Amino acid sequence: MHGLIVRSVQSFVTDVYGAAQWQRVAVRADLPTSDVEAMMRYADDVFARTVSAAASVLDKPVDGLLEDLGTYLVSHRSMGRIRRLLRFGGADFVEFIESLDDLVGRAHLAMPDLGLPAIQVRAVGPGLYTVSCAWAAMDLTALLIGALRAMADDYGALAMVDAAPASDGAGVRVTLLSSAFTPGRSFELRRARP
Amino acid sequence: MTGQAAILAERAAFDALLPMHARLAEDGTILHVGPGLARLAGARQLLGQRVTRAFRVTRPDGVASMADMMTLRGRAMRLEFARGRPVRLKGMLVPFDRLRGSMLSLSLALSDLPDLGGAPLTARDFAPTDPTVDMLYLIEANAAAQAESRRLIARLDGAKSTAERQAFTDTLTGPGNRRALDRVLARLLGEGVGFSVIQLDLDRFKQVNDRHGHAAGDAVLCHVAHGLRRAVRAVDTVVRTGGDEFVVVASGLTEPHAVTLMAERILSEIAQPLPDGDADRVVSASVGCAISSRYARPDAARLLAAADAAAYAAKRAGGGLFRLHPGDGRGAGPDRRDRARRGRDDVA
Repeated sequence: MHGLIVRSVQSFVTDVYGAAQWQRVAVRADLPTSDVEAMMRYADDVFARTVSAAASVLDKPVDGLLEDLGTYLVSHRSMGRIRRLLRFGGADFVEFIESLDDLVGRAHLAMPDLGLPAIQVRAVGPGLYTVSCAWAAMDLTALLIGALRAMADDYGALAMVDAAPASDGAGVRVTLLSSAFTPGRSFELRRARP
Repeated sequence: MTGQAAILAERAAFDALLPMHARLAEDGTILHVGPGLARLAGARQLLGQRVTRAFRVTRPDGVASMADMMTLRGRAMRLEFARGRPVRLKGMLVPFDRLRGSMLSLSLALSDLPDLGGAPLTARDFAPTDPTVDMLYLIEANAAAQAESRRLIARLDGAKSTAERQAFTDTLTGPGNRRALDRVLARLLGEGVGFSVIQLDLDRFKQVNDRHGHAAGDAVLCHVAHGLRRAVRAVDTVVRTGGDEFVVVASGLTEPHAVTLMAERILSEIAQPLPDGDADRVVSASVGCAISSRYARPDAARLLAAADAAAYAAKRAGGGLFRLHPGDGRGAGPDRRDRARRGRDDVA
């Protein structure tokens, strides 16, 4: 497993709950070092182990923690890079949702060994999508809910994002009510010149 | 379709397909600017200008007039804005006919791509079939990966300096270091699992170093590290805490009898002859042990100090021995029934 994926949990716990709590999580998850190294490889179960250690240290249900992690990855100021990369997915929220299929391919191009789980998007009706993400290591539906809600806010779209009913298959259901509800957060394609 | 309507339809099609283009009259006057180029140009006036006034052709050399440009039809050109920041562009001129003039198609050169020539372009300024936005994504992702790599290298560099400052590194003998010890103790104490701490001080190690040199000393340390690994179980943690000091943390091992057996196994393993066959150099150690369940409230510092004190007692008694620390007498561990025999254990 790529260190960046595990590192995201460390950043989340440290930024939101403080370094002392992260130390507890690292000890409980029995990580090889208390600092996760973003460019190193870790055992396949490290993400799930770290998430459940964090859930028990912070006394939160695992799904609640994953949802907060998803929100954090998109909206926290220290994760500006991820949010920026995601915004390249499309000019509006609909384009973004429809580009999620390509996300793994894009990530693979940038970092061939990242090993992100594949995301499937199905349009099930006008303004209605189901998004699912199959990952052997852990069920990431809650993380996806947190991240997609935050992305809808980022684009200024009004959307309902919740767990899909079992009849629609597992995953997340996205109901788009308005794609330009608020101006959203500004996004510039260009990078600042060094 | 009337002639005018056909021209407008064609213009709309080109605006969508090639947002960064300009339509030129036969004499090179800019008649129309695509929406992407208009946004890229910003305050620079393009409409109504001569193309060779609005842009400077930098490659090939010597292109100064529309007639010069026409000789390059269909070929790659390098241009830049003549006014404002000289944003570098790639271009190609394609003539239609006398009536419809020609088209100059432009794109940002790679060097000005990351910041888009300083212009507030959005994804809508590029045709969906144009991979420029994907290029920008890759530039962005690459910058992120590079930043992480630089952070990793900086950290490794710091760690290397730290290691070099230490007289002995743990890479010499293989076992974990002091941080590994603190981590495993914190975990076991946090989980409330009973365990024992076994400290090993090599006897007369300084003399080996002084008499036979540091290479011989290193060989002894490696020999001890391997012996320790053979003597303990796979679940136990072996760390080297100092020049000639090792600590074993044995999870779940709280029976004094079992601890004694392990200590004896350790002493017998390290007493094996060294691989180089020097029979004079028999390694011995003073071993001290502390058991967590012998304390009402065990903590890491206390257990390490107790194991150290027991090892010191073994050393004072001549070395090559094992001593068990009695604890604070208020433990609630499974070894309570053994307290009566503690005297025997303590003199090993």
